[in-house]
Amino acid sequence: MSKILIIADHDGVALNGAIAKAVACAASIDGAQIEIAVFAESTAAIAAEAAALDSVTRVIAIENIANKHLIAAVVAPQVVAISDGYSHIFGLSSSFGKDLMPRVAALLGVNQISDIMTVESPHVFKRPIYAGNAVLTVEAPTDQVVIATVRTASYRAAGANNSAPIEVVDIAADLPSHTRFVELQAGSSDRPDLQSASSVVSGGRALASTENFDLIYALADKLGAAVGATRAAVDAGYIANEFQIGQTGKIIAPDLYIAIGISGAIQHLTGIKDAGTIVAINKDAEAPIFEVADIGLVGDLFSIVPELTDALA
Amino acid sequence: MEKILVGLKRVVDYNVRVRVNSDGSGVETAGVKMSINPFDEIALEEALRIKERGDAKEVIVISIGSSDCQQQLRTGLAMGADRAILVATDDATDSLTRARALLEIVNRESPELVILGKQAIDDDNNQTGQMLAALWDRPQATSASTIELSGNTARVIREVDVGLETIEVDLPAVLTVDLRLNEPRYVKLPDIMKAKKKPLDEVALGDLGLTAAPAITEVLFEPPAEREKGVMVDDVPGLVAALNEKGLL
Ligand SMILES: Cc1cc2nc3c(=O)[nH]c(=O)nc-3n(C[C@H](O)[C@H](O)[C@H](O)COP(=O)(O)OP(=O)(O)OC[C@H]3O[C@@H](n4cnc5c(N)ncnc54)[C@H](O)[C@@H]3O)c2cc1C
Repeated sequence: MSKILIIADHDGVALNGAIAKAVACAASIDGAQIEIAVFAESTAAIAAEAAALDSVTRVIAIENIANKHLIAAVVAPQVVAISDGYSHIFGLSSSFGKDLMPRVAALLGVNQISDIMTVESPHVFKRPIYAGNAVLTVEAPTDQVVIATVRTASYRAAGANNSAPIEVVDIAADLPSHTRFVELQAGSSDRPDLQSASSVVSGGRALASTENFDLIYALADKLGAAVGATRAAVDAGYIANEFQIGQTGKIIAPDLYIAIGISGAIQHLTGIKDAGTIVAINKDAEAPIFEVADIGLVGDLFSIVPELTDALA
Repeated sequence: MEKILVGLKRVVDYNVRVRVNSDGSGVETAGVKMSINPFDEIALEEALRIKERGDAKEVIVISIGSSDCQQQLRTGLAMGADRAILVATDDATDSLTRARALLEIVNRESPELVILGKQAIDDDNNQTGQMLAALWDRPQATSASTIELSGNTARVIREVDVGLETIEVDLPAVLTVDLRLNEPRYVKLPDIMKAKKKPLDEVALGDLGLTAAPAITEVLFEPPAEREKGVMVDDVPGLVAALNEKGLL
């Protein structure tokens, strides 16, 4: 039987909503018993959210001032300390999960599987490689714990109608002081979160300035959509890094994705493969974005986007 | 500091449209352009800038793989690295084996900094730096977009999901770099000539006490699911109508 531990991602206040998707991934393993570990300074609120997720049988809460800001080198030995008895330990393909899980794997002397997109059997998984240009089926050895991250865009969130028991656990692990949190600059926005939004309006290099990105914001606000961007737009400073979508940015799966002035490089497309409907607006009819678009419109964004924004009620 | 170690992985160039081969055992590599993993190039550029500022004496590039990797190491030397090490193996290696090999070299060379790309664009794993840091029992700062050194610490700004996180790590440490850290220099012809004279040492993976034998089996490579062909609309009213038809407005 599979006994799976999921490492909670959070901001110190609330559970990262994508954990519900990692639970869905774990629940797709037959007969899985699923537990969630919350490492935080104060765990009560986060653990309660974790305990509400369907299929979760237990939440382990590890309170420590050292867990105030999640630092991979500090959390990894604590994960190892509670790792006994689990057949699988999962994290998210988030900044924290990607930072943490390989460190945990190496401490346990095993390899790690990145970005699980489907579970074929308890030890066989599919994952994207080459910026999503290929899908690789991998098989992990059955005599070792499986350490993996979950590509959350591949899963629908588990429900939250549960009340699993929460156990506060003390861990006697030696925690390093060689890595120290200094600060977090997080953009504050009233707009929907890029990773969970049902609609996303995204702008590319063609926007040509920070001011012109207002066209993207105006359309997004009309649609109640989140805003995204290409690497080119971020590199040019039109918008902050957390809005980048793609191989090295966020992987998203909205119902509607509107790509504006975006050429459709493979590194960008890998971030939107799971979108329900892709709309492309580009003045170049040959742009590769049209090969993946469900609805394409060739033309100048500077006239089309304002007209579209006006046309929407 | 004395030394910076930089990892260079040989990968299919990022401009190549990668295709799965006919029997699903891998991707087509015949006649395909190979390059230094773009993130690793940025790692090397950063190391060279640190050296050029006078904050480091030597930059060593290392690659793990077949003798073909010498090409990428030579390019690294042409960019400005002082010497190169090839950990030679003709077999496929996994991240843990690569991290163990890097640790062996780290133990021999005692660098104050190891700088790697945050991920390789072939397997997209994003693992080796973190694994090396764990095995070495040293700090890691991943996805760096700014690196500032002062004395025995590095202050690193990391690109994270919600924005930018700053952390401070004691050296020695492993840093992995993101795309916005710098723009790598172009290699000039005279540098390529000069690089031919720089030392490139080779050590067999086996001589480090390691075997390749990946623990995770690569069962099958498949092309990704194709999206169905879409429709083109002529104007904004056409677009609005198409969106309405799909119930998206
Ligand atoms: C290792 C690596 C990782 C990368 N990771 C990412 C990633 O995570 N995400 C990402 O996005 N990119 C990534 N890239 C970059 C990627 O290769 C492309 O360079 C980038 O996506 C291009 O962005 P763009 O489409 O905005 O710009 P461009 O490719 O320059 O496209 C601009 C488009 O706008 C159109 N256009 C111009 N003017 C107008 C107008 N007035 N009206 C309408 N259309 C117009 C043009 O026809 C063109 O198609 C990565 C690259 C590398 C090497």
